[in-house]
This record gives sequence, structure tokens and C-alpha cells, in this order.
Amino acid sequence: MAALLEVNKVSKHFGGFTALNAVSVEIAEGERFGLIGPNGSGKTTLINCISGALRNESGAIIFQGREVSRLAAFERTRLGIARSFQIPRPFRTMTVLENLLVPTAYVGHLKDSEGEVEAMRILSAMGLADKARTLASQLSQVELRKLELARAMAARPKLLISDEAMAGLAGAEVDEVLRILFDLNARGITIIMIEHIMQAVMRFSQRVVCLDAGAIICEGTPASIVQNPNVQRAYLGA
Amino acid sequence: MRFWLSMAILGAAAFGLALSPANEYFFYAAFVVLTYVVLATAWNILGGYAGYVNFGTPAFFGIGAYTAVLLFRWLQAPLGVQIAAAALMGALLGFGVGLLTLRLRGIFFAIATVAVIFIMETLMINWRYVGGAQGLQLVRPEVIAPFSSYTRMLFVVMSALAIGAIIIARYIQDSWIGRGLRAVRDSEEAAEASGVPTLRLKLLACTVMGALMGAAGAPMPMYLSFIEPASTFNLSYTIGALGSAIIGGMSHWLGPIIGALLLGSLQQIITVTISGEVNVLVVGVLLVLFVVLAPEGVLGLARRWLPSSK
Repeated sequence: MAALLEVNKVSKHFGGFTALNAVSVEIAEGERFGLIGPNGSGKTTLINCISGALRNESGAIIFQGREVSRLAAFERTRLGIARSFQIPRPFRTMTVLENLLVPTAYVGHLKDSEGEVEAMRILSAMGLADKARTLASQLSQVELRKLELARAMAARPKLLISDEAMAGLAGAEVDEVLRILFDLNARGITIIMIEHIMQAVMRFSQRVVCLDAGAIICEGTPASIVQNPNVQRAYLGA
Repeated sequence: MRFWLSMAILGAAAFGLALSPANEYFFYAAFVVLTYVVLATAWNILGGYAGYVNFGTPAFFGIGAYTAVLLFRWLQAPLGVQIAAAALMGALLGFGVGLLTLRLRGIFFAIATVAVIFIMETLMINWRYVGGAQGLQLVRPEVIAPFSSYTRMLFVVMSALAIGAIIIARYIQDSWIGRGLRAVRDSEEAAEASGVPTLRLKLLACTVMGALMGAAGAPMPMYLSFIEPASTFNLSYTIGALGSAIIGGMSHWLGPIIGALLLGSLQQIITVTISGEVNVLVVGVLLVLFVVLAPEGVLGLARRWLPSSK
């Protein structure tokens, strides 16, 4: 499989703190990729650099053969990198449907009538269709998580970065979000999953990378990762 | 359709009024109220739609007024040209200020816009050609037929500007630009992640706002037959624009119009019947009341009480 995304020696500092230290990773087209690591290990910083919310100071981010690390976030979204946010950031004053009409208008360049058809299709697949006319500020936590994914999908991504889409959800809700992500992947969308819920990430991912203190400490299949002594040390302490 | 019809009726009504034998003072007062309609409508494009609170209204208004004075003194340019040039200068200032400050958020942006007022005022105080600190007396040119007085003509001109501003604000609100600006207001990060070019949209909003405020400033020197920095760059314009939008409601183009009509008329009435000082107090009290009791303004109240209408 060809690499869809290539992260090449990417570094990011916040003052004197090294958040990412020459991180390199390749993600293949159609892959289900898991990114784990303890709190503060640099997971969110890495995906912020990939999505464009932050600029990496050195190294390259190559998406479909194109260096994107100097592009603004909205340009990367238009190229096909979409993300959900760890803390849901809905457009609160809009309805659920209108939330999706932002990306359909700005990425898909669809008129509202066409955008609504596409948005309703996505909302149905996510099980949010009956909430289409509800204000985003009135959604429950699990609905907000789904809205994050639905809005990301409305940007027609090739790569979807799911940043802790299941944090704080109950068991059945985790299964529901997992099912949605499996469905999206089955339709050809490459997915990077960042998750603290180990069971979910291990079930979902084909390959897992573990970050600790801004560096990759190991990479492999879910089964090999849980056995890895470095991972155990990072999570449980020496 | 209904919108265009009402705009046409308003325009015709303003024209008809100006030709009627109505009391001269009405036009004198209505001109100021209409100026606030333009300023508040313009302010709301950046402040209401995108959530970027601009305290710099007097800077944009003032650059328009001084552009008009300069063109009048230098070339005896007609009012139409003055307004067009004022709009252009306002747009340029909006673009420039936006470029420098729109990367800042919240209170930092607001403070930066205050600084622009003082920069502009200091420049004008030190420019003798346009009157410097003392100001400049202006002799109005001959009034154009069918109008019987210059104030009546300015009333019609300001009505036209108000209608133009409303059309532009409504267009922006209903177009993809408006949706993008609302996305910026709700969450800038999420807007970017949804493909919205946030900086470009904010710059556009700031430029349009500057152009409209600049245009609103152009007729003021002729209205007063005088220009002077302290009153031109007065913070009362900041309060008027922002206060009208807050009182009327910031989520819809109608809000700032309602707010400006209410606040502007009230101020005129109080200035005449009580005093100019009390009028400042009333604005302050009204603002506090609305922020605390009706943060969505008159429009919000109307929506709550008339749930059937949207």
C-alpha cells in the first residue's frame, strides 16, 4: 500500500519544552492506525501539526506526495485531512444540520440544497438524523462526539483523525462510535485513532504507535504493543 | 421580495419626507439617527457575525470625515465623490488594521482597535491643512434642486447610505460568508478544520465594515459645517455602534437597525428635553440592563415573546 501520509522527523517545542522530538511515521492508504501514549506524550500536538492547527518547526509532513506543513489548516482540510476535536467544538449557535453545512459549503463548494442532502446522508449514517434541527448547544455528550465525526465527514476526508472521540463515553456508546469508525474505514477512509480506551484502540487498529515524551517508543500490531516492556513502563511507571 | 419592496418604500419615504414641509429639526435629528444605523449595521458585520468586538468605530468614521474634508478643500469635490473616497479609505484602514490585529483574539483585538483611534486622532491634530487641533470651518456649497435645504439633502444621502449598508449586511448574513463568520464566532479552530479560511473572512468583514463606517463619516463635516478631531474621534461613536447592536440584537441584520433607531431617537429626545449629559447616562444604564437581562437584545425578546415568528 502506498503511504497516504508521511510524517518525517517532525519536531515541535513550546518554549523550552520539547513536545515532539523528530517524530517519523508513515500511514498507508486505507489503514486503521492507532496512536497511544500517556498524558502529555505529544499525541494531540502531533495531530495538531498534521491538521495544521500548529506549525511544526522542523521536519516535513507529506500528504499524498505533497509537502503540507506550511499550509493553513483550512487548506489541509480541503486537501482531505479532517479531524475531530478531543473537547467537542460544535458551532453552538447553529443546528446540527447547519454545523455540517459549513464544510459542505467551504470544502465541497455545494449549494445549501445539495449540501443538505449530503449532510442528511451523513447524519443518518451516524444516527443523528432525528437531531438535524436541534441546536448543537442542546446535544448530549455522545451526540456531540458524533457531531464532531459527522462534521469531519462532511469535509469529504481521505484521512480522518479521531482525537479521543470516545473519551467519557459508556460501554455501549463506545461500541457505537467504534462501529461508525469501522464503517467509514470500510468506505476507504484512512483513520488515525487517538484513544485512551485501550480496549477500543486495540480492537480497532491494524497498527499502533506509542508516543512517550515526544518520541515514538514502539510500533507494531496491537498484540505486540501490549506486550512491549517500553509501553508498560510508559503507562505504569518503571 | 418583501425585503426589496420595504427598502424601496423606505427610500421613497425618505425622499418624500425631504420634499415635504416637515420641520427642519426633524431632518437635523434624523440624520444623526441614520448615521448610527449605518455605523451599527457596519459594526455588526465583524462584531455580531464574527464575534470580534471593535472599539475603533471613531477611527473608521473619522477617516471618512477627514477624507471628505480633504477632498472638499483641495478639489472642491462633490459629496458623491467624497463619500466614495471615504468608503475607499475606510476599507483600506479596515484591511490594514485587520491584517495587523485580526490574529489577536478577544480582549486583545478590542484593545488594539482602541489604539487605532488615538493614532488617527493624533495624526489629524498635527495636520494643519485639515484644521489641526483647532478644527476647520467649512462653507457648504449650494444645495442641489429639488431640496430646499442642505440638511434635507444630507438626510436623503444618509438614508441612501443606511439602505445600502442594510442590503450589504443582509447579503453577507445570508451568504456563505455569513455562515463562515458564524462558524468563526462559535469556534475558530473548528471553522478552520471545516475548511473555512478564517483570516481571509475576518479581513473581508473588517474591510466591508471599514468602508461602510468611512462612508458614514463623509457627510458629517458638511452636516456640521465644521470639523475638529476631538469630536470626530469621539468614543461616543464606539458606544453608539456597539450599544445599538447589543440593544437590538447581534445575531441578525435587523438587530442593529432596531437598536440604532431606539438608542439614537432616545438620545435625540433626551438631549432636547433634558440634557446632553443625562443622555450619556441613559445609554450606559440601557446597556447594562440589556447585557444583564436581555443579552440577545430586542430581537431575542421578540423571539421569546412571539415564538411563532422566526
